[in-house]
Amino acid sequence: MYNQTEILKDTSELGAEGELVINMGPQHPATHGVLHLVVTLNGETIKKIEPHLGYIHRSIEKMCESLTYRQFIYVTSRMDYLSSHINNLGCALLVEKGMQIEVPDRAKVIRVILSELTRIASHELWLGAMAMDLGAFTPFFYAFREREMITEIMEDTCGARLTMNYIVPGGLMYDLHPDFQKKVKAFVKQFKAKVTEYEDLVTNNIIFQSRTKGVGILSAEDAISFGCTGPVARASGVSCDIRKIYPYEVYDKVSFNEILDTAGDSFARYMVRVKEMNESIHIIEQLIDNIPDGDFVGKTKNVLKLPKGEFYTRVETARGEFGVFVVSEGGTTPHRIKFRSPGFSNLSALNHMAVGSKIGDLMATMGTLDLVIPDIDR
Amino acid sequence: MFLKEYITEVYNGVSSLLKGMRKTGYYFVHPKEIITEQYPDNRAHLNLAERFKGEVIMPHDENNEHTCTGCTACELACPNGTIKVVTKFEVSPEGKKKKAIDALVYRLELCTMCNLCIVACPSDAIKMAPNFEHSVFDRTKLTKVLNHPGSKIKEGIE
Amino acid sequence: MYSLEGITKSIQDWLFLKFDPTLALAIECVIVILLAISLFAILGLVLVLMERKVAAHIQIRLGPNRVGPGGMFQTVADTLKLIMKEGLTPDNADKFLFNLAPFVVMMVGMLLLAPIAFAKNFQIWDINIGVLYISSVSSLSVIGILMAGWASNNKYSLLGAMRSGAQIVSYELSAGFAVLTIVVFTGSLQISEIVASQQTGWWLFKGHIPALISFVLYIIAVTAETNRAPFDLAEAESELTAGFHTEYSGMRFALFFLAEYINIFIVCAIGATLFLGGWMPLHIGQWESFNHIMDYIPSSVWFMGKTFFLIFLIMWFRWTFPRLRVDQLLNLEWKYLLPISLFNLLLATVIAIFGWHF
Repeated sequence: MYNQTEILKDTSELGAEGELVINMGPQHPATHGVLHLVVTLNGETIKKIEPHLGYIHRSIEKMCESLTYRQFIYVTSRMDYLSSHINNLGCALLVEKGMQIEVPDRAKVIRVILSELTRIASHELWLGAMAMDLGAFTPFFYAFREREMITEIMEDTCGARLTMNYIVPGGLMYDLHPDFQKKVKAFVKQFKAKVTEYEDLVTNNIIFQSRTKGVGILSAEDAISFGCTGPVARASGVSCDIRKIYPYEVYDKVSFNEILDTAGDSFARYMVRVKEMNESIHIIEQLIDNIPDGDFVGKTKNVLKLPKGEFYTRVETARGEFGVFVVSEGGTTPHRIKFRSPGFSNLSALNHMAVGSKIGDLMATMGTLDLVIPDIDR
Repeated sequence: MFLKEYITEVYNGVSSLLKGMRKTGYYFVHPKEIITEQYPDNRAHLNLAERFKGEVIMPHDENNEHTCTGCTACELACPNGTIKVVTKFEVSPEGKKKKAIDALVYRLELCTMCNLCIVACPSDAIKMAPNFEHSVFDRTKLTKVLNHPGSKIKEGIE
Repeated sequence: MYSLEGITKSIQDWLFLKFDPTLALAIECVIVILLAISLFAILGLVLVLMERKVAAHIQIRLGPNRVGPGGMFQTVADTLKLIMKEGLTPDNADKFLFNLAPFVVMMVGMLLLAPIAFAKNFQIWDINIGVLYISSVSSLSVIGILMAGWASNNKYSLLGAMRSGAQIVSYELSAGFAVLTIVVFTGSLQISEIVASQQTGWWLFKGHIPALISFVLYIIAVTAETNRAPFDLAEAESELTAGFHTEYSGMRFALFFLAEYINIFIVCAIGATLFLGGWMPLHIGQWESFNHIMDYIPSSVWFMGKTFFLIFLIMWFRWTFPRLRVDQLLNLEWKYLLPISLFNLLLATVIAIFGWHF
């Protein structure tokens, strides 16, 4: 029987005297998806944050176990949909590693260029969304203008704007579009011209700086113990760029800097991402004129079978380290598969970072964590 | 000294705000920078990428002939059972039996446009078309038969 | 020449000729009320469309462009939709206060309309303490917002209302001081006299630096007082979903929405009256012919032009800046705006005493 007084008694135990428990999400403008945060407040000050997950769980890991090694790659685009290309790359690298497939140089270079374009697109969207979380609506549209150029390049070459599925084990699905180099160069030019706009509108803005500086501080020790990766950890001074530490594809042949900051606050995370966009542009500039000729896909067997054993690869997505772990029994499908998604670990630090700050700070902290909810829930 | 700091703080803050306003003001008075497309109006000259993955189609030539042999490679390659190949046996005038497709059933509502079927096809019988206006009022309309009625396989395709 | 002054005068003459004075006054009241309500409706429609168009052009978009030529009737369609919608009242809400709150907010807007001089001699009520009346009535709107936040029985609404309370009460101060600067210059609280004192030039130009500073302070303070970005903490979309009007829907939500724009119009009208000369045309010293041409433009056009310029300025702020945090909002007021405005008032008083202004 439904007993209202009992239920009311239950909820009253949730918050102590003077505490206010509010449910942020699953539908909330700032969570950018179906994240549910149970926030305990004392006035405006946050006392505790408890993320509730599972609203967008699609059991992608289980799904992948019933798909062949050619097929499971496309599903991973649906996890971190903003860096879908890099997710696909991680899975393809695993299959190539397990079966010792030779990837032609041309494919390797193109994969890196597209990965960096994906990273820029993801950071552009993050920049707009984060500014919007802080109440500035206009940078969102300016960021989307540049992102649109990237999605158009993707559309031309890969045939899709978001879930590209352009990478297959052994190389690429088909060759580059003839206009690819021209369009990428046009984008690089436009990006360099327009990046000052973000500085005027967001970076140097006094309100933005005061909203983000000293907010949501994460120390290097905490970043390591929470397992944070990507720009979140690098802003705290933890060197964790997979592209540098375990270079894959041609990352060991291009020169780029790992952006590090030591402040560990929201502004540092913001600056790391903005500088990373410039580094990505730098990588693209090095490679765009040096795409080697040759095949775009290596020789593979028709049916892919991973040898018996355990395999792990990692790649650096726009959000951090993305790991794929496969246990193979020697069949055509993985026996067990596990994805290590960066968003999940980054979210776990949220409570630690936001306790004691105001509700407005929570938006700045959450915004700079760059959460993509399907990536967390899978 | 405190006063000097106070004044520079105010000055820097205000000037950063004014810089931002100059930027937005620039766009306000430059309507040429507007980038939005008027979608239903510009439908006639919509510029879609030729590789755009919108739906799977089966090209037919002028004699209503396609190149699908019914090998079911696409059906096997598909991760979510979007394609179903129904085969039949055609009896040629010489009395030879030949396998051919009766229907290549394509369920658009299941398709994720992953392009794996196109890559798998050995005879290039199917391809992706840049058509994205798929909305219909009845769900059953999303299940399509890709080969045209009365179509047959092109000569010489095995 | 037909002017608003002439029309009102002829109507009044006709009414007093036909009816006895009490009845004529009553009829005038009814006409004024009808005019005020229709002004509200038209202003709401125009300002919402203006906001959307300004936002769109700043954000490299086109904005509404489907309903009517250039999207002119978009807001009419929106209003129709809002009227048709069901106005929900939450189960555990304080129903009386919940339903009363939007009307309180609207009423404040209506009361503030009284002393505004729309054109030469076209004013509902030329009360001799006009400026005082405005600053006292405008602080009432916080009651409506607190009412809405409390009565909704929603935690987001309550947080929004509490923020709004703190915000409006603090920013009243610097808005008041900014207005006082002009009162010090003019020596009068009456709106018509303040406008008349700007015959030779607007206070923004005549009053040297103090007037300029108080104009900036006034714009900042009223942006905060009307809950507009970057001070829209009471409704802070990304933090509190919709703040104090989270639970409102249908026409009651529309009233809140309308009240926001009416309040903007009113504060901008007051700003235009105090600093930009109200309906006074732009006159430059000895340029007789220039001044003569300026006089040909009707006074109502002058007034509306100045008001809409200020409204555009406030909209421009909204679509450029991020939102402040609640403690920074109060810091800005108590650590920056209030000391500056106090100092500024002192400076203005000195200038006024010595008669250094033009």
